[in-house]
Amino acid sequence: MATIEIDIVSAEGQIHHGQASMVFAPAEMGEVGIAPRHAPLLTRLKPGAVRVKQADGSEQAFFVGGGILEVQPHLVTVLADTAIRAKDCDEALASEAKRRAEEKLANAKSDVDLAKAQVELLQAAALAEFLTKIKKTTH
Amino acid sequence: MAGAKEIRSKIKSVKNTQKITRAMEKVAISKMRRAQVRMTEARPYAEKIRRTIAHLSQANTEVTHPFMADRPIKRVGVLVISTDRGLCGGLNTNLFRALTRSIREWREKGIDAEYAVIGNKGLSFFRRVGGKVVAQNSNLGDKPHLEQLLGSIKVLTDAYREGRIDRLYLASTQFVNTMTQRPGVRQVLPVEVDGGVGKLADNWDYLYEPSALELLDTVLQRYVESQVYQAVVENVASEQSARMVAMKAATDNAGKIINGLQLAYNKARQASITKELAEIVGGAAAV
Repeated sequence: MATIEIDIVSAEGQIHHGQASMVFAPAEMGEVGIAPRHAPLLTRLKPGAVRVKQADGSEQAFFVGGGILEVQPHLVTVLADTAIRAKDCDEALASEAKRRAEEKLANAKSDVDLAKAQVELLQAAALAEFLTKIKKTTH
Repeated sequence: MAGAKEIRSKIKSVKNTQKITRAMEKVAISKMRRAQVRMTEARPYAEKIRRTIAHLSQANTEVTHPFMADRPIKRVGVLVISTDRGLCGGLNTNLFRALTRSIREWREKGIDAEYAVIGNKGLSFFRRVGGKVVAQNSNLGDKPHLEQLLGSIKVLTDAYREGRIDRLYLASTQFVNTMTQRPGVRQVLPVEVDGGVGKLADNWDYLYEPSALELLDTVLQRYVESQVYQAVVENVASEQSARMVAMKAATDNAGKIINGLQLAYNKARQASITKELAEIVGGAAAV
């Protein structure tokens, strides 16, 4: 049976490396399933489970809090995010760094906190869903 | 025996200093080990994203992202990564020397520069020599998180996107091994692809979801971030190993000073005993 190489990495470490007969990932536009010899694909991931189906039929699942998925015919790479990301959150962080450069200010990061909290909530919800799914399959 | 007493208190103070430097050395050793582990953990991501970028450069894209396009240089952005604390040998000094050399080269060519600074030492360097600092970030601790760096990175990548700067450099210390750390100024943007992957099929392109430009933007932004994160983690490892070496030298030096002082103390003590004896003998002879 044909297999495809799968790498799941995050900035703070390697999460998984191996061969798979099928990979499912939560792409931004909907869940995608990738079989060997898939066409090259580049897409963003949203928080959720990346499921790796091995050649022997067993399945492993990994939680990612978003990231990038790159597919080559022989290779799947998941670049998982570790940091909590949102566009407006980045924006706020940038202006904060700027402000710090001007003067060292603290206690004025409500923008960041709000944006961060929203994404954290999203990730937590996805994680909860992921965990209940795992529970169902093991019971 | 006034001389001997002074020497004794001197010995005591040097011993106390030695105790401190020895403790700092021990702390640096254990922190360095942890930093090295973190450094190796960050490597797979950097490798994989570089591979993705190498693939991307081979793809037949109809759009060219500004991060991959070379343009004439009028102004550069530099992200300077320094340590928060001193007592780590010549680590920061060497970095600033390398940076000053680059700045001089740019100035000769009439190129302006702006800086984002990570670490207190870098900030005080620019306070001293002057320079436009657009973003600043310090007190990251021994376990830096990507999140803490995003702000400073975005200031510079945004400047690059808007065309305010035409090149982005990273001035940091690379960790070679425990004894060697190499300071340097490396180019980050535009992205230089160093190959490393075999040629893929001819004339292909990715399926992009949602759009090519948006995805390239995300990938390249993550690429810059991973480069910076890697550099920051390496800087922590470099800092700790430089501190370890510096503190070891300080401890050894303190040992040498103590030996010298001990010798002087013994001599002074001996001399006073001899003097006393001579006085007694002289006194006895007189009687």
